Amino acid sequence: MMQIMRGNEATALAAKLCRPNVIPAYPITPSTMFPERISEYVADGELDAYFLLAESEHSAMSAAIGASATGARVCTATASQGLALMHEMLFIAAGMRLPIVMAVGNRALSAPINIWCDHQDSISERDAGWIHFYAENNQECIDFMIMAFKVGEDKRVYLPALVGLDAFVLTHTMEPVDVPEQEKVDRFLPNYEPHCILDPKNPMTIGALGTPEYYMETRYALQKALMDSSAVIDEAFLQFGEAFGRTYQRVASYKTADAETVIISMGSMTGTARVAVDRMRAAGKKVGLIKISVLRPFPHKELKAAIGNAKTVAVAERAISLGYGGPIYAELAGHFVNDAKRPFLTSFVLGLGGRDILPEHFEEIVAKSEKALAAGKMEEMPGWPGLNREVL
Amino acid sequence: MTKITLGLVARTPGASKRNKTGGWRTLRPVIDETKCKKCWLCVIYCPDSAMKKGKKSSMPDYDYCKGCGICAKECPSKCITMVEEAR
Repeated sequence: MMQIMRGNEATALAAKLCRPNVIPAYPITPSTMFPERISEYVADGELDAYFLLAESEHSAMSAAIGASATGARVCTATASQGLALMHEMLFIAAGMRLPIVMAVGNRALSAPINIWCDHQDSISERDAGWIHFYAENNQECIDFMIMAFKVGEDKRVYLPALVGLDAFVLTHTMEPVDVPEQEKVDRFLPNYEPHCILDPKNPMTIGALGTPEYYMETRYALQKALMDSSAVIDEAFLQFGEAFGRTYQRVASYKTADAETVIISMGSMTGTARVAVDRMRAAGKKVGLIKISVLRPFPHKELKAAIGNAKTVAVAERAISLGYGGPIYAELAGHFVNDAKRPFLTSFVLGLGGRDILPEHFEEIVAKSEKALAAGKMEEMPGWPGLNREVL
Repeated sequence: MTKITLGLVARTPGASKRNKTGGWRTLRPVIDETKCKKCWLCVIYCPDSAMKKGKKSSMPDYDYCKGCGICAKECPSKCITMVEEAR
């Protein structure tokens, strides 16, 4: 059924449809609407769950870990500083292989304090062992939340998963969304079968000490599980398509077949990039677009396949790894470095702290990338489309 | 060695017995049997249950003793000496 809702309402409604048992949360802009909606669902008797208002995000994730270890289905939401405060607990959730689901309203990190959109918060947590989905629109918010439970709880995976939705651009923007029916979600998402249950009647040690003799093997197992989850995600996306009629891929291509220059994007800026690609195509430029929907596990094979024979690949990202440059650019470049045949790679950082991203920025990205290809190097790497040098 | 489980979950109580942690020790408690009064205060105070009751004196279990020295500190008859692990 089509409904009009904000991104936060979409993630909260998706969570409700997935019938979580425990939702520990601490409100933070721009994700506050998530715990608000969940608390209303619980208070109104629409959701039979325990809503726990924690005293901080660190406590919220700690409670999520404890609840998940008892075998409960657990979800939460946060953003920016809240996600940063959860940092140590994120690694623990992954290390204990607890399939917690979290919506992250992607927001800039302080200082200076800024409540608007970019991806620096969850990009900074890319090494924590979580599966990362990034939504382009509110439909993907609802669909990827359901996917996050499905994949994370799979017996071949048992990993936490987060869904990134862009602050305000998605969290607070009304869009029509096709809301899946409860029966269909119930069929798609079976009951969660935990790999361990914290129970005083049957004592066991969860989160044990891993001495130097064992720690490396736990990390190897975690890395393998996360890498291998890509096949489970693909399988679940297929099942999702059959169940709900919407098909997704970890990496989605747009007009790339004959493209000479390909832009790589993630999140809500993809819609703007698509408009820019259409404009450039109309002007006779062979430009294509690749959207990353799943950043972890890193979809390097799919990205390479989607890039195909493109001469230039421009990575546009809403994050900066300070002291280096574009983090997704770095990861992609790392996967090409040993290839005899590889495209010319360029890196662009844009839209930080809620700076508007315009189609003109993508036109600038393509023009600069073509110029860089001809010159054999970028003037400045990464490029900063939209940077106002007058205030520097 | 024990096979690791998903999330390093130990399904049976007492699994830490399999992890011999005595290798962390830099100081070893050595007991002078002639001075030990078998009051067992060291057995009570040992935070790792690594001090056992012996026939002639208390007996450190070097597989688990981490050499914290609480036993030597608490021993009223001063029969425990902390000796550096030379090798």
